[in-house]
Amino acid sequence: MSVLSETVDWLTDGDNWSGDAGIPHRVVEHLGYTALTVAIAAAIAIPLGLYIGHTGRLRGLAIAVSGALRALPTLGVLTSILLITGIGLKPSIIALVLLALPPLLAGAYSGLEAVDRSTIDAARAIGMTETQILTKVEVPLALPLIVGGIRSATLQVVATATIAAYVGLGGLGRYLIDGLALSDYPRMAGGSVVVIVLALVLDAVFVALQRLAMGGRATVESAAQS
Amino acid sequence: MTWFLDNVDYVWSLTLKHVWLSAVPIVLGFVIAVPIGWYASRHRRTRGLILSTGSVLYTLPSLPLFLILPGIVGTSVLDPLNVIIALTIYAVAIMVRSATDAFAAVSPAVLDAATAAGFAPAGRAFGVELPLAGPVLLAGLRVVSVSTVSLVSIGALIGVDNLGSLFTDGFRRDFQTEIVIGIIATVVIALVYDLLLVLVGRLLMPWAKAQTPDHDNPPLRQFFHRLSGARP
Repeated sequence: MSVLSETVDWLTDGDNWSGDAGIPHRVVEHLGYTALTVAIAAAIAIPLGLYIGHTGRLRGLAIAVSGALRALPTLGVLTSILLITGIGLKPSIIALVLLALPPLLAGAYSGLEAVDRSTIDAARAIGMTETQILTKVEVPLALPLIVGGIRSATLQVVATATIAAYVGLGGLGRYLIDGLALSDYPRMAGGSVVVIVLALVLDAVFVALQRLAMGGRATVESAAQS
Repeated sequence: MTWFLDNVDYVWSLTLKHVWLSAVPIVLGFVIAVPIGWYASRHRRTRGLILSTGSVLYTLPSLPLFLILPGIVGTSVLDPLNVIIALTIYAVAIMVRSATDAFAAVSPAVLDAATAAGFAPAGRAFGVELPLAGPVLLAGLRVVSVSTVSLVSIGALIGVDNLGSLFTDGFRRDFQTEIVIGIIATVVIALVYDLLLVLVGRLLMPWAKAQTPDHDNPPLRQFFHRLSGARP
């Protein structure tokens, strides 16, 4: 009971809501890392995924590489990369980008693969060019799964950026890692609550975005888990 | 390599802890999720609620979940139970969806035929529905297995020893070899679990082999294939 009330005290303490180590600043930092990471990873993975999905080329390679990346424990990848590059913001972001690639890649190519072949054949039959087929038929139809990939990647980065505080990254993970180092339970639990709320809010935003991307087709839940 | 040979006993003891910390949530997750999935597949109205609860639980980031559990269930921060409970939650969250899909895919005509042939409801659930849902359940369990083995290592951050301890220790000592050995050992556990699950599946469901869409792919490729479709 007392740990709970101490956590509530930590969360409601005005000192924890101001300054560079305050919750608002840490939330902005955390969102900044997440946005930067997902943007870079999406710029790499989504065009690649669209190429794979449209042409069917490199599919086996993409599956093997993204599968292998996923089987690796994130903490191991983070610590290993940071030992090579040295700690700092840029190396941490590079490691986070690497871990965000598989869900984005999978969302893009599986989204295109899920498009009905006869729809694509019809588009080709009415004289659309390959570029038009991709941009006007495949991408709009695959959009819910592509957004689903961005959703998975975003939530994963929010979680992994928290862990990356162990290798020196800022953001909300600082409360957890510093709290652990100091055996300051209210701080680690309070910080954890903030991360969890952030993840749930972001997830809700993406559910709404996926619903928009569906444009009234079927239900969002069928796309949500992909 | 010399470090590994000098520390084989240490790595082995961490491997055993890792195996224990991952096996319990995988088994518990399966046992808890299958009845829930069975229920959800038969009750349309609660299905949406159950599935979205699972999806929300899966959204919770792991390290924060490890750390708030002591405040909720009253364990100490260093208790391995926090890791086991959190990973069981994830396992249930993933498995409920597979189980719901698995039971929902059993043809109603087959169920009617079983009832007509004299199966009581319980006998039908265990004797007809469970075996027919088996292959899809197995596929879900393989996803759970890989994801759990990988997540256990985060427990090292809260002081619960497992192969993840090689990452924190290697990082502190600036010693890459130790980290790489930890990564390899973790992947080996995931592969061994996967092979075991496939073997058990073949033994329990000898008929399913021919139906598996992936049966012409070697197991290793199937392993990667599934990973790339799985959520982190």
